[in-house]
Amino acid sequence: MAKSIAQEFVKGLWAEIPPFRLVLGLCPALAVTKTVENGLGMGAATTFVLVCSNILVSLLRNIIPDKVRIACFIIIIATFVTVVELVMQAYTYPLFLKLGIFIPLIVVNCIVLGRAEAFAAKKSVVYSLADGLGIGIGFTLALGALGAVREILGNGTFYGISLFGPSFEPFTFMVEAPGAFVGLGLMLCVMNMLESK
Amino acid sequence: MNEMVKMVVVLTVLTAFSGGLLASVRNGTAERIEIQQLKFVKGPAIKTILESAENDPIADRFKVKDGENEYSVFVGKIGGKASNIAMESFATGYGGPVGVMVGINMDDDSVLGVGVTTHSETPGLGSRAKDDPEFVAQFKGGAVKDPFKVAKDGGQINALSGATITSQAVCQATSAVGSAYQKLKPKIQEQIATMK
Repeated sequence: MAKSIAQEFVKGLWAEIPPFRLVLGLCPALAVTKTVENGLGMGAATTFVLVCSNILVSLLRNIIPDKVRIACFIIIIATFVTVVELVMQAYTYPLFLKLGIFIPLIVVNCIVLGRAEAFAAKKSVVYSLADGLGIGIGFTLALGALGAVREILGNGTFYGISLFGPSFEPFTFMVEAPGAFVGLGLMLCVMNMLESK
Repeated sequence: MNEMVKMVVVLTVLTAFSGGLLASVRNGTAERIEIQQLKFVKGPAIKTILESAENDPIADRFKVKDGENEYSVFVGKIGGKASNIAMESFATGYGGPVGVMVGINMDDDSVLGVGVTTHSETPGLGSRAKDDPEFVAQFKGGAVKDPFKVAKDGGQINALSGATITSQAVCQATSAVGSAYQKLKPKIQEQIATMK
């Protein structure tokens, strides 16, 4: 059954939201979500790469020979990641310093290669665009949500704005590595509860 | 055979295209990246070194060539006299290059202060070269003509405990600025004279 373009877009926001439903792209999801800002920044960078690589892979899907397709996809993805890295250095340098090594690591993010291989290599450009945009925005929302949980509990702030005043004693462990796993686990749990109802 | 050729052609065209795109993006952003780095990485170090400067040392900068190396010289005016400069050099530390910004008082050729700009040293050990003001304070007042060395190498600087290699790198970079400065001093003075 062929899905409509809108359906391809919407599925990334809930039914196939990457870190929670597909359980893909966990490395950045765990590593950079100390704050909302980091989460959204990482999500936006990944979305850009995802949309651009999906479009290009879809355009070239009949030209790229099957045997070297993964190499071609990686070249395309790596090119866009480097573009993002340079642009972030030029315009959002403090955010670039915080995300650091995780920007170049988008190249090996399973979501990006996964969408190229499983979707864009088979579907037309418009569908691939909708798919990339949906999955990318879903990823951004997920990272933002996880970042919000960790920042609010671990630091008492939201996007750098203090929420509870000075009397709040933050759960510092939420902004450290174990907090990332606990936070992700709790969010997966909530997703599953909502789903099973 | 035909498929072989196609694979080679597609890959070649793709990599060539990607190389071209990246080169143009790099060219387009290089200038802004330099400004951002000045603002966020080198800026804080320059500000601490040339603390009492009345001007903005980042705005009043020029480049001086020493053979193949090019140094950015940041000029700080103190008491109406543009006789304080800051220059950056790099030396290899434990985890990669360590960038050190060195302030020099041009009147008596002494070190005004040093600050680590970029590094990839071990957090908690080598990273203290940047975070521990006591370590960099040791360089203050030293003469540029003498190379700086850690105590272990017979020098005057007490190394950070557990981070000898990083300390040596900071010494090396500071000494490198010192020797470059001595060589370039006439050129720097010339440039400062044209600035006013």
